[in-house]
Amino acid sequence: MEKKNYTVSIYTENNVGLLSRIAAIFLKRHINIESVTVSKSEVEGVMRFIIVVQVTEEQVQKVVKQIEKQIEVIKAFYHTDEEMIYQETALYKVNSEEFVEDMSIQDFIKETNARIVTVTQKFFVIEKTGKRSETDSLYEKLKPYGLMQFVRSGTIAVTKNEMPISNILKQFDTTN
Amino acid sequence: MEVKTASFEKLATPATTTVSGAEAVIKCLLEEGVETIYGYPGGAIMPVYDELYKYQNKIHHVLTRHEQGATHAAQGFARVTGKVGVAMATSGPGATNLVTGIADAQIDSTPLVCITGQVGSHLLGSDAFQETDIVGISTPITKWNYQITKAEEIPEIIARAFYIARSGRPGPVLIDITKDAQFASLEFSYKKCSGIRSYKPEPEISMPQLEKAAEAINSAKKPFIVFGQGVILGAAEKLLKQLVEKTGIPAAWTILGLSALPTDHPLNVGMVGMHGNYAPNMLTNECDVLIAIGMRFDDRVTGNLEKYAKQAKVIHFEIDPAEIDKNVKADVPVLGNVKKTLALLLELVEGNKHEAWHQEFKDLYKIEYDKIIKNDLNAERGKIGMAEVIDEINTCSKGDAVIVSDVGQHQMVACRYSKFNQTRSKVTSGGLGTMGFALPAAIGAKMGAPNREVVAIIGDGGYQMTIQELGTIFQTKTPVKIVILNNGFLGMVRQWQQLFFDKRYASTEMVNPDFVTIAKGYHIKTNQVTERAQLAEAVKEMMESKEAYFLEVKVEQEENVFPMVPTGAAVSEILLE
Repeated sequence: MEKKNYTVSIYTENNVGLLSRIAAIFLKRHINIESVTVSKSEVEGVMRFIIVVQVTEEQVQKVVKQIEKQIEVIKAFYHTDEEMIYQETALYKVNSEEFVEDMSIQDFIKETNARIVTVTQKFFVIEKTGKRSETDSLYEKLKPYGLMQFVRSGTIAVTKNEMPISNILKQFDTTN
Repeated sequence: MEVKTASFEKLATPATTTVSGAEAVIKCLLEEGVETIYGYPGGAIMPVYDELYKYQNKIHHVLTRHEQGATHAAQGFARVTGKVGVAMATSGPGATNLVTGIADAQIDSTPLVCITGQVGSHLLGSDAFQETDIVGISTPITKWNYQITKAEEIPEIIARAFYIARSGRPGPVLIDITKDAQFASLEFSYKKCSGIRSYKPEPEISMPQLEKAAEAINSAKKPFIVFGQGVILGAAEKLLKQLVEKTGIPAAWTILGLSALPTDHPLNVGMVGMHGNYAPNMLTNECDVLIAIGMRFDDRVTGNLEKYAKQAKVIHFEIDPAEIDKNVKADVPVLGNVKKTLALLLELVEGNKHEAWHQEFKDLYKIEYDKIIKNDLNAERGKIGMAEVIDEINTCSKGDAVIVSDVGQHQMVACRYSKFNQTRSKVTSGGLGTMGFALPAAIGAKMGAPNREVVAIIGDGGYQMTIQELGTIFQTKTPVKIVILNNGFLGMVRQWQQLFFDKRYASTEMVNPDFVTIAKGYHIKTNQVTERAQLAEAVKEMMESKEAYFLEVKVEQEENVFPMVPTGAAVSEILLE
């Protein structure tokens, strides 16, 4: 079976230790996590993990079941790229001299809808939010100018279809 | 070092009493009906042990000789009683010594609550004396774990621990309690846990799936049941028996399913898997409907998955959704506790007899009997065989003893030849294959079933991994019967070396001490048998002993266990020699 990008969305209780419990499930199966983000979700007190992995559908199905089995996991889902709206944010720190001397950098920024976050005498910081290919392409453009630092966030994503999580939680509340 | 929070003050009700965290731990255990715990004291758990001293009339603490022994004893207790086993240890090495037992309980779905002491919360992360991150270490091998740093968390967390350990698919839970939380006081009140919103122990039962399953079973020409420990954990033994009898379907068991159906039941066709019986392995690849009940298609059961029951429609009765399609694709998954799903299924299946199909099992049994079983049981020359010892135990126990076995050749032989009338009679380390399991597990099993005879059957290798627990047997006067099948080898590894590594016996020969002398040192009654003529009488004397008894049997050194499904082979490629 073909390996693809899958986004695993996990709704959990807010509990210390859960990140390592979930990471261990991937580790045990020798699956490399491409990116992970954890944040609060649309439901009060409920956290949402977004984990991107490159695996077969069979693998992601099994992993999601193992994740869902964890006591403090409320619900886990997996989606393909086509089913998600997803974004990453990248920061590029570039030497100010280059910036002033070569106007083409400013053109890149305009073309790619990137944003200048900070400018100092020594450096400036560009921020670009978008798909992996877009942040990659800006990276390639800026690289010849000597990137001082580069960092990219994990993927954040929402599904195109409705997530039934709120209903699931409502059910819990009425049954307990 | 009192830790009190505002939220705790608010929660306190008039019915509470002020106690220390340590005393709260004991009170929680009593609330959960715990009477026996297994453990080993040390610095970071001393406040709890101080309370155990005060409560010694209410709760029996068994001092094992190693923390690993405590977990295995708690497992043995849990396996024969169905209750949650409790083990306790200090921080650092005490906690890490629990790890093997916890991993064993996780893979064999044994309900266990392990309580460890931890260094004071102000020392966490400072590499303090006997500090280890046991929560981090135990995360992949626990159903749940938690570190308590505030005394007022104790009642709710321990209530959760017991609920999680025993509900749904059972498993081990570890609770780590910092020393300051044990010393601090709290207003104690206890409420048993009855639900956790993010945790659904039993999936909902789907009637349409059950109907599909019943339809497949009713129209099957060659249906075959394979049952596992799920039947025992769900207390569904009677339902299984009714199902088998109503439908006339031959039923085989996995190693952990053993004793869920009496071994002499006419439709019990034996054990599946690597050293299982010939007929159920061969006919797994002949049946048209494979009905898996509370089992998880372990690789030792299935052999080569590419060639496992490909011709059959697979119906999988299972409580854990993660087991569905994990190894074998289920055509009809039926989620739920088998206690409930089998009851519903019974109403939907038609009475039937599958005599011709059942006869195929009997015919293959005859082949196995002639080639293997007959010789195993009735050898006349050479040294004593392992099966002969099991057979003598059967003669004395009449199928009513609890048989605890370790891991290796003797384990396979004990499973193949032991006779059982009642459920929860076979305790062994299945999934993890933990050598050293049997001796401490037998202590827990005997304490859990004091009115039953408990016989530990152990090889000379595994015995020496936890031999120190003879001290526990001696101190607690627990009348377990210990049979060492001594072949002077790590027999199973040696068998593989013989068959697959051209007899290069790398580090499998054991130069053993005088086991009888060692047992005598613990004032345990002993006997040693080297000749076949002495065997029956020696086993009888052991079984009739009111006290603990150690019997060493010198068995054939290079005996091999057959049948055997070699690694990578299909179950139907099982070898008889």
